[in-house]
Amino acid sequence: MKAPPFAYRRAENLTAACALLDAHGGNARILAGGQSLIPTLNLRLSQPELLIDISQIADLRGIRVGANEVVIGALTRHVDIERSADLARLCPTLVEAARHIAHPAIRNRGTIGGSIALADPAAEWPAAALAFNMTFTAASSKGERTLSATGFFKGLYETALEPGEVLKSIHVPLPAAGGKAAFGELTRRSGDYAIAGAFVNANLSGGRLSGVRIAFFGVATQPVLAVGAMQALEGTGGDAAALSAARARLEADLDPIADLYNSRATKLHLSGVLLGRLVAKLFA
Amino acid sequence: MNAPVPGLKPTTYIGQDTPRANARRLLAGRGQYVDDMHLPRELHAAFVRSPHAHARITRLDLSKARQARGVFWCGTGHDVAAVVSPWVATLTHFKGLKSAPQYAVALDRATWQGEAVAVVVAQTRAQAEDAVQLVEVEYETLPAVTDMETALDATTPVIHPDLGDNLAFTRSLDTGGVGDVFAGAHLVVEDTFRFGRHTGVCLEPRAITADYDASEHQLTVYLANQAPHMMRDIFAKHLDMPESNVRVIARDIGGSFGIKVHVYPDEMAIVGIAKLLKRPIRYSADRLESMSTDIHAREHRVKARMAVDKDGRILAFDMEDLTGIGPYSVYPRTSAVEGNQVVNLTGGPYDFRHYIASLKVVFQNKTPTCQYRAVGHPIAVAVTEGLVDLAAQKLGMDPAQFRRLNLIPDDKYPYTSASGLKFEQLSHHACLDKLLKLMDYPKLRAEQAALRAKGIHRGIGLAALIEVTNPSALFYGVGGARISAQDGCTLRLEPTGWVTAITGVTEQGQGTEGMIAQVVASAVGIPVEHVRVITGDTDVTPYGGGTWASRAAGIGGEAALQASKELKSNILALAGAILKRDAAGLDLRQSQIVERATGEVLQPLSETARIGQYRPDTLPREFQPQLSVTRQYGQRDWPFVFTNGIQASYVEVDPDTGFTRLLKHWMVEDCGTIINPMLVDEQLRGGIAQGIGAAMLEEILYDADGNLKNATLADYLVPMAAEMPDMVFGHVETPTKSSELGAKGAGEAGTAGAPAAVMNAINDALAPFNARVTDQPFTPERLLKALGKV
Repeated sequence: MKAPPFAYRRAENLTAACALLDAHGGNARILAGGQSLIPTLNLRLSQPELLIDISQIADLRGIRVGANEVVIGALTRHVDIERSADLARLCPTLVEAARHIAHPAIRNRGTIGGSIALADPAAEWPAAALAFNMTFTAASSKGERTLSATGFFKGLYETALEPGEVLKSIHVPLPAAGGKAAFGELTRRSGDYAIAGAFVNANLSGGRLSGVRIAFFGVATQPVLAVGAMQALEGTGGDAAALSAARARLEADLDPIADLYNSRATKLHLSGVLLGRLVAKLFA
Repeated sequence: MNAPVPGLKPTTYIGQDTPRANARRLLAGRGQYVDDMHLPRELHAAFVRSPHAHARITRLDLSKARQARGVFWCGTGHDVAAVVSPWVATLTHFKGLKSAPQYAVALDRATWQGEAVAVVVAQTRAQAEDAVQLVEVEYETLPAVTDMETALDATTPVIHPDLGDNLAFTRSLDTGGVGDVFAGAHLVVEDTFRFGRHTGVCLEPRAITADYDASEHQLTVYLANQAPHMMRDIFAKHLDMPESNVRVIARDIGGSFGIKVHVYPDEMAIVGIAKLLKRPIRYSADRLESMSTDIHAREHRVKARMAVDKDGRILAFDMEDLTGIGPYSVYPRTSAVEGNQVVNLTGGPYDFRHYIASLKVVFQNKTPTCQYRAVGHPIAVAVTEGLVDLAAQKLGMDPAQFRRLNLIPDDKYPYTSASGLKFEQLSHHACLDKLLKLMDYPKLRAEQAALRAKGIHRGIGLAALIEVTNPSALFYGVGGARISAQDGCTLRLEPTGWVTAITGVTEQGQGTEGMIAQVVASAVGIPVEHVRVITGDTDVTPYGGGTWASRAAGIGGEAALQASKELKSNILALAGAILKRDAAGLDLRQSQIVERATGEVLQPLSETARIGQYRPDTLPREFQPQLSVTRQYGQRDWPFVFTNGIQASYVEVDPDTGFTRLLKHWMVEDCGTIINPMLVDEQLRGGIAQGIGAAMLEEILYDADGNLKNATLADYLVPMAAEMPDMVFGHVETPTKSSELGAKGAGEAGTAGAPAAVMNAINDALAPFNARVTDQPFTPERLLKALGKV
């Protein structure tokens, strides 16, 4: 289980990384925390000619609180999010989710940017990005552009990033007053990829939900916004009837696919159970 | 005024939580695993492995690989067959067992996904793997036999046409009159139990470095293995070398669990290539290779029923076991053993006379299966205990009470079971009593009932078991296997008064060396720190079987005890000669020669040893000190020395998700004399964790074409610390009289009983829903299906 031969360059800054990406076209891969890429290489599932190591670019790392958003540098590690006092105060659901990403050794190296750019359908951050309406800044030699999480995830390991682009930062809108969120995932062992996982984000005012956003992970080929279920819950008090209506929409929303151990029916059933529990959490 | 010096009293480490010397070394990263050993001129091998479960090789072109950077040699199955002869894994005591000749590297046909079809040798492993990608192989895929249920159908292709069919082995057992007993029984319970194929996942993968020295026609093999002498015999035989010219060294081993006690074709190839190329060749299985080439185990489907009278007494068992073993019986222990054990052990703890059983062992195009920790036991125990709980439920009896009624009474030994097993002395009832007390059974039942009323669904499961330990030659030797049924220990008194112990049993990380040191230190009369233990080198250690079937303490420990007694007697004779006293009046305690009656210190052992080694001129002319001794021990009183125990599991099931949380686990076990309670408890704990893996997580998945679907540790789920319940242990000690030490094995009882205990606990929790699961592992989906939720 040895990686095939590859060249390695450490980029000193984002400009250099983009230049290397341009020079090597589709044959180069960005190396951040390496927690997905390195196993892929060792399993010889991927044979890039060049790895561009961006891990030493200091300005890609860190969590900064702005007026309306929290900006998370793409190289910010899962453990940094898990331990961030700012996020614990402003977006506690993200901190809670971080603890469910694999194991400490992986959280110590893996990065939020790597997770989002890879778009593993079973990963927590892509779904969080959808649920919290995050935006991303992508950089290339042509400059920077802003992408919305909605529409960013296009399929299995497919994103809206263009060739030559590097994910630079993740922008999390600060929750409004009355903002409520819940996270949950069902795993057979702690640290495993979830059979079904979800983030629910909404405003709760006068016992009614509004601006409901629900994103699932681990159920389909990409993270999914459960649009039908969101509509079914919008304006309701999360009561049994509303929940039942929301659950009824999940099959069309998620179109779940079986994994090694769980059929489509099981995935759907568990997604429904999870949704009910997370909505209940909003009202807890 | 000086206080009188108190005399030294005899001391013992037997029964003490003595820390083992090698734990510090291993924790410090100073282990000497095969991968830590490097030899000059060594080369690395990598294998081209079949991507198909069953395929004919129509073209194999090594020319591009031969040109690759760093490549030294490439070869096919035919090249390797020129130096390694094939084998057929049958033994005469399994009548009718058949298998086909197996080659180190497939010749013209691959029979499972992962079988080696070519091998590349290069300067580095990475270069060898690069070159593997350049080997061009064309296959004609053949129909794969994967489903054991249809393996014997007339329309199913026969994997080895020369054998006539896909039936490797079959066995029937019938005590007579069983049909009538069932017909007249008050209650008959029956069910079908399925067991997922799984494997023992070792931290250290299989690893080998083979070094052939042409100048002396000498082969040295560094091997992660449990049975170095067995491997020496096999390497010599299949490389056509004198056994004396083969040395097998197995120093530190990173876990084995039975995985490393078999002959692996890739390891045979490495040895052959080393001889061919006259250079050291090294190879370690990577995790993908481990998952597809380490032996698998436990793929069974058992249909079973049990007859009970109106009082709840078990009258009879009837079971039919079907198991699939892959394309070959595994050399040299064969793949008939597991199914055979299931037949032998079913119903094992209980007092009944009528039993009928049949076993079919079939070939498949999947990884070969063979003996893995607690061979056959977890299957037999799950079948038995599953039926026992079902009967108790149907009769409205408490499951503990049902067991009390049916377990073989503690005063009824020696006892011969319905399947013919001979039990010297077991303690089922003492263990059951202790377990119920340990877990506060009535209180736990009350808690369960109270929580059930609140919609929290907890279950309690019990599982009684017996375990095969301390095997005699009846396990393998009688069938013609050249696997030693005895073991030896050599002790050498050093001039400092320290003792070097050299033993044939091996260290797998479980504490064999510590156990031997405790026995030697206690029986010789020296501090345990003064014993140095050497294992795992066929040039050095006494010939012996090694570590398997829970025999290291029972067999190796007894040999060490007998050697220690002899050495002590020799030391006292020497001391008597020096001190001009009768040796019978002397003793050796805490490294001091003392007067036996008073404990008065007469001479430090270091002085006795010094004189024995350097100044024998001062001794009487007719006295020759004997400061090295060897003693052998083979257990010959019983086919096996059985142990017994009982486990309990407490679980909580979430009926909405089908998830099961393991809350607590208890075990009371009787392994005879306990040498080191801490090591015994850790054996039980690790064994239970592996049993929980079987019950909850581990299953090797194949598709219908024989493609292995979960060959990484991201997909194949092994038990991990976070999901393990707290485990509580209790012990009953019934020493075996077959040895002076009285120790029985403790290595497998945890694994044997845990799956059944967990299954019964889950089914107890599911009882209010009228749902039941019997297919392991008990995944959320299987529970949801049983609950009618999906």
